[in-house]
Amino acid sequence: MSDWRDEVEALTLKGQIKMPYTWSVGETGSRFLVALRDEQKILANRCPLCGTVYVPPRKNCGTCFADIGTDDWLEVGPEGVVTAFTIIHQAHPLQPLATPFAYAIIQLDGADVGFVHILKDGWDRLKNGVRVRAKFGIERNGRILDIDGFEILT
Amino acid sequence: MARRVAIIGTGQTHHRSQRRDVNGREMIHEAVQRALADCELTMRDIDAVVIGNMDHFEAINSVDTWSVEGSGGVMKPIMKVTTGGTTGTSVAIAAYYHVASGMFDKVLAIGWEKNSESDTTGAIVTCSDPIWDRYSYSGAIPSLATEASAYMEKYGATQRDAARVALRERTHAQNNPYAHMHGRPLTLDEILDSPMLAYPIKLGDICPRTDGAAAVVFAAEDVAEKLAPRPAWIKATAVRHTYSWFGDVDQRTGLESLERAAREAYAAAGIKNPAEDFDVAELYLPYSYAGLKWIESLGFCGPGQGPQFIWDGHTDMGGKIPVNPSGGVMSTNCIGATALLRVAEAAIQVMGKGGARQVPDVKTALATGFGGCWWSDVVILGKEKPA
Repeated sequence: MSDWRDEVEALTLKGQIKMPYTWSVGETGSRFLVALRDEQKILANRCPLCGTVYVPPRKNCGTCFADIGTDDWLEVGPEGVVTAFTIIHQAHPLQPLATPFAYAIIQLDGADVGFVHILKDGWDRLKNGVRVRAKFGIERNGRILDIDGFEILT
Repeated sequence: MARRVAIIGTGQTHHRSQRRDVNGREMIHEAVQRALADCELTMRDIDAVVIGNMDHFEAINSVDTWSVEGSGGVMKPIMKVTTGGTTGTSVAIAAYYHVASGMFDKVLAIGWEKNSESDTTGAIVTCSDPIWDRYSYSGAIPSLATEASAYMEKYGATQRDAARVALRERTHAQNNPYAHMHGRPLTLDEILDSPMLAYPIKLGDICPRTDGAAAVVFAAEDVAEKLAPRPAWIKATAVRHTYSWFGDVDQRTGLESLERAAREAYAAAGIKNPAEDFDVAELYLPYSYAGLKWIESLGFCGPGQGPQFIWDGHTDMGGKIPVNPSGGVMSTNCIGATALLRVAEAAIQVMGKGGARQVPDVKTALATGFGGCWWSDVVILGKEKPA
């Protein structure tokens, strides 16, 4: 006897959710992004208890749970060292660039934590330990990608 | 004082890239029915349900409500727990807490995902901070790839070393009829020749996207022994979440959340030399390089010794500490179920129900979960009832 399940057309239905969001950056993060946009400076701040220099700056230290004061700010970079990276070969519409490009964790001069960003070229010279420098975009609107990318120096 | 708790039954679907024959609720039902059958219970015997997945993979919120006819949660205490990749260990540990508290005797933990229903990268980037990390460093593969490149740089590990891990997982999966990659073996050369996705990760180095579900029944000490001939006792659990920002995690060190979770769980379970004390491990290794580095964080071998430990065959079936007899995450990855499958498979090993993938005479088994932004769960199971 035939089983209807062998015959039935198992359907799938297509749908898409496109939802606009408005994310609050907060005062601390806003000060950082405004400095990127208006002064092409990379700001950081320092935990008053453990001394960790955070970039981007934080309102409080996640480890110590201490508030970071308004006077604990400093400028870091714009140069730093790549501590880890990947070169993206598989394209995806959500990625900021067409492939290939690189994501890297960069230890900016003067900071104690890594800074995640992109490198657009220079693959043959990209390895952990290379020095890089932030290159700012010409049009800046208060986003992390106001830094256009990092360029390899050596 | 917490009550002693054991796993008395497990169930899972036959995992596939796409299960068009069932919707999510029906797929959950398959795993639940199999778990109940495994311990000869009916849904009427279950006192509470903990269920989890990653909502954004199907874009349906509140699985705790819409799936009740499949999960068995109609008019029962049910809770949804979702923590990204660790969802499966979170539902297991939450079910354990339910029973250990003394408030419930028999609790069902469920993890599931229908990965075929969305774009995995599109869904997973919603785990990243939209202001700081999402547009300058995103997706599951790139963050793992940066870890891999840092590990290779520090210890001289190679793409071939990683491929040896991938080979082990795929080879073991041939013993597991439930594995997504069952019936699809690969050779070392095929893994090495697969396309590059994000250097150094190739297609053969990364987990698949899977439709599947898993369910596990937890029972209190006084009922567990009556219901199961050989229950798998919970000896220890530990949870460590570390992420605040992607850049804060130093990829040049070990996986800190796993090191800390393991340290706590090993102390609670009396594990002194993990490679000797565990008979089997079901580890959440989403990609091949984790199989080199994270076994160091778990203390199976010293820092930088992962590749040699793998090539020596210690983690193969018949080795000192077989890792992932099921084929692991790289052979089956229905994300909300993935970490629960690690717990279920470790329990299967303790209960001696592994069939072709059974490691002989398992007394102590390790399961782990890994998620989101570098956090870790550890679960230790044993044949002996804890003191």
